[in-house]
Amino acid sequence: MAYITPASAKDPYDVIVIGSGAAGGQSAYTLTMEGARVLMLEAGRNYDPRSETPMFKTNDQAPLRSAGTPDKPFGYYDATIDGGWAVPGEPYTNASSERGRDFKWWRARMLGGRTNHWGRISLRNGPYDFKPRSRDGLGFDWPISYEDVAPYYDKVEMLIGVYGTNEGLENTPNSPEGVLLPPPKARIGELLARQRGRKLGIPVIPAHRALLSKALDHRGLPAKLHPGNAKAQRILTEDMQSRAACFWATDCGRGCAIRANYQSTTVHLPPAMATGNLDIVTDAMAREITVDASGKATGVAYIDRTTGTEHRARARVVVLAASACETVRLLLNSKSGAHPHGLGNSSGLVGKYIMDTVGASWGGQIPLLEGYPPHNEDGAGGLHVYTPWWLYKEQLAGKLGFARGYHVEFGTGRGMPGYGSYGDDSRGSTSYGRRLREEARRYYGSFVYFTGRGEMIPNEDSYCEIDPKVVDKWGIPVLRFHWKWSDHELRQVAHMQKTFADWIAEMGCTSPRRPGSDGSKVIEPGGSIIHEVGGTIMGADRAKSVTDAHSRTWDAPNVFVADGGVFASNADKNPTLTIMALAWRASDHILSEMRKGNL
Amino acid sequence: MLAASAGVALARGMGQIDLRVPGSAPSARDGYGTDPDIIRTHAPGDFWPLTLTRAERRAVSALCDVIIPADDRSPSASALHVPDFIDEWISAPYAGHGADRTLVNAGLAWLDAESRRRYGSAFARATDAQRLELCEAMAPEAPPKSELELPSKFFRRVRNLTMVGFFTTPAGMKDLGYVGNVPLARFEGPPADLIARLGLADEVAW
Repeated sequence: MAYITPASAKDPYDVIVIGSGAAGGQSAYTLTMEGARVLMLEAGRNYDPRSETPMFKTNDQAPLRSAGTPDKPFGYYDATIDGGWAVPGEPYTNASSERGRDFKWWRARMLGGRTNHWGRISLRNGPYDFKPRSRDGLGFDWPISYEDVAPYYDKVEMLIGVYGTNEGLENTPNSPEGVLLPPPKARIGELLARQRGRKLGIPVIPAHRALLSKALDHRGLPAKLHPGNAKAQRILTEDMQSRAACFWATDCGRGCAIRANYQSTTVHLPPAMATGNLDIVTDAMAREITVDASGKATGVAYIDRTTGTEHRARARVVVLAASACETVRLLLNSKSGAHPHGLGNSSGLVGKYIMDTVGASWGGQIPLLEGYPPHNEDGAGGLHVYTPWWLYKEQLAGKLGFARGYHVEFGTGRGMPGYGSYGDDSRGSTSYGRRLREEARRYYGSFVYFTGRGEMIPNEDSYCEIDPKVVDKWGIPVLRFHWKWSDHELRQVAHMQKTFADWIAEMGCTSPRRPGSDGSKVIEPGGSIIHEVGGTIMGADRAKSVTDAHSRTWDAPNVFVADGGVFASNADKNPTLTIMALAWRASDHILSEMRKGNL
Repeated sequence: MLAASAGVALARGMGQIDLRVPGSAPSARDGYGTDPDIIRTHAPGDFWPLTLTRAERRAVSALCDVIIPADDRSPSASALHVPDFIDEWISAPYAGHGADRTLVNAGLAWLDAESRRRYGSAFARATDAQRLELCEAMAPEAPPKSELELPSKFFRRVRNLTMVGFFTTPAGMKDLGYVGNVPLARFEGPPADLIARLGLADEVAW
């Protein structure tokens, strides 16, 4: 089994997985390693990070010094292929263009999806995050608790490799001893942020990111991950040996040719392919889940993007891992006699409660960091430290005016010079000649940049639906988005801004910009943090949710949602690690039900 | 859009990741597309034709070299082919670049006209002292007078593009003291004497 064409599909399969990113990769991995025969459909092209990653390339070797363009919004070297805020021929629409009411949707059309370009920040949800309504009366509780998911967080961390430490902070869970890899040393600006943060009562601790700060323990881990499964252990042992440890160069956002970081294409798919149980069809745009008269799924109808022809594949189980909103689109476009309003939509809630992460940023120039001796600060590409939310008690006591927290990410140090590295436009300097040269050398690396990432509470006004008029180039109806922030998010952003301004001043910034108090002016647009989840939320009551506690749709017993669609809340913690943990958990349930003959 | 993002990513790491240019505009038909060969090394002119005239190119080179002249550490901007990058930038078919093209074309026209009015010769043929004088007029410390708004905006834009073009070259990176982009067996963190000088020894906890 291997990469195949639609004509060579050997169906029926045990499971069809739609999507190849964090959710699809994890689902395919778990299912195939435990013996299930899986067909994966990926809408984009095949992609191999080993040969396609621009390792060590400098910005002067790229058009426009690698600055972002509509073709490559995050810069020329970003791993994203055929994606961005717009995908040619595949539009989406917004019901409103008003500021704060529109939604931006980042997509990628490539094997591995958006895992190829993300920041690799891998934070566990804590106990509060699964029961937010019980804590503050807002949003929804999940039908599962931290204890249900914790064993899967352990497994995912062991499989993909995550660096970090156990600090025992509130609602910031520890991992079991020996699971996390050692964190890289903090950069000089990160140490300064840590010192000055303490004066403000703000903790700074090692970040958790999915990349190998040292090689994985290929002797111990495979047996822990696949007890009693000799074949899976052998495959994983070999695969873990073929992943190199990070050599501290080349931003993770470009992908990783040595497979030191987590991408679905570096971690999940190679061992899954090695089982011989996985077939992958790329350029396969899923259009509809096909069902029988009882409403049970029979397979998937999809379009071969290279020819425009439609194909069908059959399976006992369908796993949706297309990303939260693409999964909504597919369910709503799967109308039948048994599911007249779309598959899974008897509650009318498919597409409802879309959440993104709340984002705002603030930066400043720090004289203390001017002109320090040159040393290599590339490190692990992204941040080495972060600040988990630290005001749980004050918040619960009602002292903050907003109900949910945020964490803080930092940008510091002397990264590879690129478009936007200098900050001159904002400083307003017009120097030239010798003075410019002196200033550039002095200021390079002396800027710090704080980024807040906060929890959004699901609301009735943030959702997506099928646009009644617009179709994509394959004739498939597209999504229309509705968006609205609540005061909780706007006040949260105002709090971020004030905190960051105070912090930057504490670090010695002599020319701080002071923030306003109106969060609506600085909040980043919905969707722009690329953490959109919800739309097929899980719950204990089928009238109030789309999926059950095992991520199975209430309406079709053999359809599962493995992506972020099932999130009933969107904690400030970046969602990818939780997506993988829940996908593994859902796959375990599928395997168990198959063995019992229930699927 | 593009000009506004220049000041956004003040630092490395997440700052770089966040250097996004939101907007749902479709791909420029003549751009490099959504799946270019990112392994290959590209030079200005590979993807779209350059548009500066020979005279404009001479003026840009002269201006770049006032902005970043050679010194004892590295060559001048034009010696590192920064004018090629500026030409590529203003000739790009993407939204935002058109505005820069208009600004740079108008600015260059103003520059040559002003140089001829003051000194009787095009900017590229003016003396070093005359070029400095013209730059001083375009880049006053105080906010510019209204008749100098265009030249001032033009100068800031070319200044920023010159910096981007210059400091992204190997010689420019070396000039700034960027010493990364090499494989390391271990990541050492900051040097001990720097940590001590900033009083941060107590922060080194891992």
